[in-house]
Amino acid sequence: MKFVLRRLGFFLLTLWAALTINFAIPRLLPGSPITSLMARYHGRLQGAPLKAVEAELGVDNHDSLLTQYLTYLKNCARFDFGKSVQYFPESVSHQVGSALPWTLGLVGVTTVLAFVLGTGIGAVSAWRRGGRLDAVLPPVFVVATGLPYFWVAMMLILVFAVAHPWLPTAFGSDEGLTAGFNADFISSVLQHAILPSVTILISSIGVWVLIMRNSMVTTLAEDYVRMARAKGLPGRRIMWDYAARNAMLPSLTGFAICIGGVVSGAVLVEYVFAYPGVGYMLVQAVENEDFPMMQALFLLITVAVLLAVLLADIATAVLDPHTRTAR
Amino acid sequence: MTATLDAAVPLTGRRIPGSSVARAMAGNRKALAGLLILVFFVVLAAVPDWIAPGDPAASRYGRSLGASAHHLFGTTGFGQDVAAQVVHGTRPILLIAVLSGVFATLLSVLIGVSAAYLGGLWDDLLSLFTDVILVIPVLPLVVVIAGYFAHRSLTVMIAALVVTGWSYGARQLRAQALSLRGRDFLEAARVRGERRSYIIVVELLPNMTSLIIANFMNVALYSVLTASGLEFIGLGDTSSVDWGTMLYWAQNQAALQTDQYLWAAVPGLCIALLSTSFALLNNAFDEISNPALRPVRRLRG
Repeated sequence: MKFVLRRLGFFLLTLWAALTINFAIPRLLPGSPITSLMARYHGRLQGAPLKAVEAELGVDNHDSLLTQYLTYLKNCARFDFGKSVQYFPESVSHQVGSALPWTLGLVGVTTVLAFVLGTGIGAVSAWRRGGRLDAVLPPVFVVATGLPYFWVAMMLILVFAVAHPWLPTAFGSDEGLTAGFNADFISSVLQHAILPSVTILISSIGVWVLIMRNSMVTTLAEDYVRMARAKGLPGRRIMWDYAARNAMLPSLTGFAICIGGVVSGAVLVEYVFAYPGVGYMLVQAVENEDFPMMQALFLLITVAVLLAVLLADIATAVLDPHTRTAR
Repeated sequence: MTATLDAAVPLTGRRIPGSSVARAMAGNRKALAGLLILVFFVVLAAVPDWIAPGDPAASRYGRSLGASAHHLFGTTGFGQDVAAQVVHGTRPILLIAVLSGVFATLLSVLIGVSAAYLGGLWDDLLSLFTDVILVIPVLPLVVVIAGYFAHRSLTVMIAALVVTGWSYGARQLRAQALSLRGRDFLEAARVRGERRSYIIVVELLPNMTSLIIANFMNVALYSVLTASGLEFIGLGDTSSVDWGTMLYWAQNQAALQTDQYLWAAVPGLCIALLSTSFALLNNAFDEISNPALRPVRRLRG
């Protein structure tokens, strides 16, 4: 329990750090939402309308930095990120809310799948160390970790959509379908998700395989594994219940470290496939200099990653009895 | 193998730091493959004008030509030679990889080793700081930072990569420094009355060489992927000639859909090859610093 509480404390601290970085970036760096909005309206925005827009965007600041900071934290707590420049006068949270389910579905499901598959392959590869499988797999996955996500996406499009028109190249579903629980829509969504999720799977699985293999190799040399062998337990039982369960622990830590990288890659994959998720929205926000949107999306992605890390911590607590005894 | 050789070195001569690393690398096939690819790109980056003379950005040829003897990889939709652009694009990405690798690794060593050595409250604070930076997703942060810079330069890119890329290395180096801290040879140096800075620089760091190099490779790998990703979404200098920017224009001009696939395939393959070379070297140096990971065939004999 103490372990989980400590990790919860870390979660809150990191969340606060991300909020503060988010607050500091626009105030430390050049560029401002109002100049970009002015450029958009070709300088025709003056006088009272300008004042109104400034108030809406929250840049009419004559308050002290501390007051601004407190207002900012209060707004974040209420999911109030102001108005979007790009879709003005729509609110940022409304736009972001519509993109979130797409990303959770695509990136969430694929990441869990990649982790489970990769960890399994890593465990088997270490178990058959020195065998034919272990001679081929690790180098292949080392190469896979070097592949840029967006390029894998482009090559898959080339092969499976352009050269052989089997799968759709862009968007989350076909146009003209009513969103909801009907067979047409769901099958269209699934079809559109195949290439992006295969891309994320190919590019991210290597990380999990290598982490698990390396940790499993160390675990297999432990005395309790030798003991299990001496007892004559079946190999499958030793591999999963004795070795893999313990080797999983560094893998979960690795998950916490690497999940940010996977999500970063997924942002680019969404962009290549024009997938209507938060990653594509982030790139569009940058292209349109939609600063409030950029910041809300950065925050959202960070919170999602932090939650994933927290889940990995809880899984660690479940698997590792050390963490349950008070330290 | 290496360990027995090291032990046989006469005690009078000071062992040259890194010599065992060089020897271990020569016997590692993955390291050799990685090194060969890296050398290939270093040559391209060193003398691009000898290999592909002329301005690679100028539209001098017919548009969207296929591969031929004149244009090894065809031409772009703007009438530039793809091969020439790829050759000239090597230097900027290598520069980004090496510079951000060097600076981020310096930062990792500084923070990681300080945390391990200072201990106590300092260790807690520095480790916490490292962990916080570690879990914040890098690309969205760099995208936001780059979004605020109207004028995008190599310096901004490298600075963003260094600020976000040091934390993983710092964590690893701290762990290794902690495990080395209690060893006898460091204890001996302390009893001899050496200054702390001397112990760290002369006694501790040489023993961490392979992990430090592995970290450099890791940052270089991450920088190549992140920098080209940023250029690909148009957050680099779109008028410059580099791999990520080539992909940006290829995507912009729908190269895949209009039968100019070499325009997108070749620069992407170069990014993949360069980052693979860093990944292979990183993996090899990991094996050198952690002998448990090395292949076991020799032991079974």
